[in-house]
Amino acid sequence: MPVWLTEHEHAVVAAAADRLIPPYDAHPGGAALGVADFIDALLGAFTFDPPRIWAGGPFSGRAGGDPSFEQFMDLSALEELAWRTRIEGSKGMVERERNGAVIGWQQQYHEGIAALGRDFCDVTPDEQDARLDRNPEFKALLYAQSCEGAYAAPEYGGNRGLRGWASIQYDGDVQPRGYTDEEVAGRD
Amino acid sequence: MVMDCDAVIVGTGPAGATVAEVLTTAGWSVVMLEKGRNHLLSLDAPFEPLGEVSNDELKLLFRHFLGPDPWLEPRTFRHDETEGDRIHVGDVNNLPSTIGGGGIHADGKLPRFREIDFRIASELAPVDGAELVDWPLDYDELEPYYAEAERVVGVAGDADANPFAAWRSGPYPMPPGPDMFCAALTSDAATQLGYHPYRAPTGVNSVEYDGRPACNNCGFCGYFGCPIDAKGDPVAPLRHALRTGRCDIRPESYATEVLLDSSGRKARGVRYLDADGNAHEVSARHVVLGAGAFETPRLLQRSGVGNADVVGRFLMYHFQTFAMGIFPFRLHAHRGRSVTHLMDDPILPDPAADTAAREAGLPWMRGGIVEHGGASHPITEAIHLSPGEDHTRLMLGSPMRDRMAVFTMQGEDLPQATNRVDLDPHVTDAWGLPAGRVTYSPHRHEIECARHWAPRLEAVMREAGATHTFWATSPALPEHAARRRITNPSPISRHVMGTARMGNDARTSVCDRWQRLHDVDNVLVADSSVFPTGAGYGPTLTIVALAIRAARALADLEPLRSQRQARVP
Ligand SMILES: Cc1cc2nc3c(=O)[nH]c(=O)nc-3n(C[C@H](O)[C@H](O)[C@H](O)COP(=O)(O)OP(=O)(O)OC[C@H]3O[C@@H](n4cnc5c(N)ncnc54)[C@H](O)[C@@H]3O)c2cc1C
Ligand code: SF4
Repeated sequence: MPVWLTEHEHAVVAAAADRLIPPYDAHPGGAALGVADFIDALLGAFTFDPPRIWAGGPFSGRAGGDPSFEQFMDLSALEELAWRTRIEGSKGMVERERNGAVIGWQQQYHEGIAALGRDFCDVTPDEQDARLDRNPEFKALLYAQSCEGAYAAPEYGGNRGLRGWASIQYDGDVQPRGYTDEEVAGRD
Repeated sequence: MVMDCDAVIVGTGPAGATVAEVLTTAGWSVVMLEKGRNHLLSLDAPFEPLGEVSNDELKLLFRHFLGPDPWLEPRTFRHDETEGDRIHVGDVNNLPSTIGGGGIHADGKLPRFREIDFRIASELAPVDGAELVDWPLDYDELEPYYAEAERVVGVAGDADANPFAAWRSGPYPMPPGPDMFCAALTSDAATQLGYHPYRAPTGVNSVEYDGRPACNNCGFCGYFGCPIDAKGDPVAPLRHALRTGRCDIRPESYATEVLLDSSGRKARGVRYLDADGNAHEVSARHVVLGAGAFETPRLLQRSGVGNADVVGRFLMYHFQTFAMGIFPFRLHAHRGRSVTHLMDDPILPDPAADTAAREAGLPWMRGGIVEHGGASHPITEAIHLSPGEDHTRLMLGSPMRDRMAVFTMQGEDLPQATNRVDLDPHVTDAWGLPAGRVTYSPHRHEIECARHWAPRLEAVMREAGATHTFWATSPALPEHAARRRITNPSPISRHVMGTARMGNDARTSVCDRWQRLHDVDNVLVADSSVFPTGAGYGPTLTIVALAIRAARALADLEPLRSQRQARVP
């Protein structure tokens, strides 16, 4: 169950992410990598306490140590102000409009998804591409956040099954194991 | 009058942390104000690491974890006044705003400057449009402080590796760490072509040092923080200061004003806002500013303190020239300390550079160190690609992340009075204070130097086996700017210098040779604001060496002296 997007919006984001980051040979695309879950977690970050903005540290547990990425970190009051403004928009609140009004990502997704059409998931890939091209600003936002969702640490909701990293031959976080001197200096 | 402390220090980066260690060791009580949060070390004994930084590209590179959040603390930028009040609002050379400052982010390539860097006005011909000056101290005087800085930070290096290095009084405290495959490849090629690459001195532990472990080469070094405390970030000096029991570090404390007494010639303390926005004052015998070369002049300007004709002016960066080579095999530059080799050749005079300078109507040209690096992380690679089929195909081949080597030349940027930091007339930060504004255009010298060196660096990449090469600069050259979609026109350099230059003449400089304000002598500027010229080397070791010297003088400690050690042939 998505936390912030509707089921329909979630499906549209997944379908669009698959056009921006398409499957290729054995490489999974944006949909299979869980980009929609990642974006949903970001848009709904403040439905969690602590909010899902910064994963904890120092280790994920994948290379040893305790899995502390899972414990998200607290934000200060000012940091919360900044992240709520980005996500929710300024909504006329003075403290969020210091240097002008901000349209939040939530509204950009609601409107951007609507502009792609109710039937977005059912039309041909070419038509999906054409509709994304007709909404260049939303496409740019969606692409930037799809890249994050595909290749960020899985604690943020995407990079499902670590397949984003595995397919590009990337180890991701390696502390506290690190690399040996031979792995640093050697050719392979 | 009873003061709260002997010294109040603004900023906990390499500059502020160094001063705190020296003063507290000398018996002084110190309060440190830091506007950012504490993610570095527990402020209670035994001052253990907090373990909050991690190998997390999203958190560190995209979500402003170490601050400053550009929405809370916008800065503004314009090339010159003809562009109006500004052409950009947001990130302008942002260095972390957190306990430890930029020291956390840096991957710590820590070379010393050379003798000539302190005397370019005397040694070299003047250049039209640049205000070259000598430093009010020379290399020989600073040498023992460089040695002390290398010991305090913990620098690993090979004293004999760089044939052009200035003289030294002794070896590095640690041997160099492992060479990265990719840097060894490009440095072999550079040697083939007659250049002189060497194993970089880095502020990263190659062995256990000062109670901190050896680096395990995790690869999340430059732009990240070290999850295991193996980096010479300011954790070491801050911990030493805390252990004296005389250091009170206050995170989320934003210094808003340096307060003067009624004479107007003495500072009596600093006003700051706490995390809830409440104002406080710390009274102190001395005020030390280590807010970095962007925030220090902004604070002075807000306070109306310091030589107003000069504060904020002579802003310098390093003019960065990047030469990229794409290789037909993987370089795995995500293993290791980001950069393990440097070369100084573009800083040295050579016939081809002399000819290029003459043809461009310049008396000479001086580039900067070349860093042999590579690697980016996957989100960074992904967002540089375009969406669609190409995205996935290129991610699999990884031309940027895993098959690209990068030379970065940190070119010397000549001081110009028109390049400056001042207060933006309209844009404000989350505390309601005017944003800092940069007005900056490079001198023709930097541009010509980049044009001369970029193709030569590309040739090294080809010699190393790169099949495609290209180059770029930051800030962009006029011929490139037109072609590229540039969302942020400010230089990406994180080496910021010169905005409260020191000198012997109180009319033309802000600080004296002990880094004290000429007009308010109990205010000491500890960061790279004091640099009269910028040299072509990373600034941080010089910041730390100067800060040790200035703080020792402040506390009336004996000056350090050193003896030249014969070079091992
Ligand atoms: C990715 C990266 C790589 C780098 N690599 C190198 C390198 O290899 N070699 C090198 O020499 N240099 C390098 N640098 C540069 C290096 O980080 C800086 O030179 C160094 O951090 C400067 O130290 P500083 O103490 O003067 O200022 P900073 O580190 O900027 O610290 C200033 C501190 O003051 C705080 N502050 C500012 N204003 C206020 C205020 N009003 N109230 C309270 N606190 C305030 C800030 O929040 C900050 O924490 C690198 C930087 C980055 C970002
Ligand atoms: S490469 Fe070494 S010093 Fe750098 S962050 Fe990793 S372990 Fe720390």
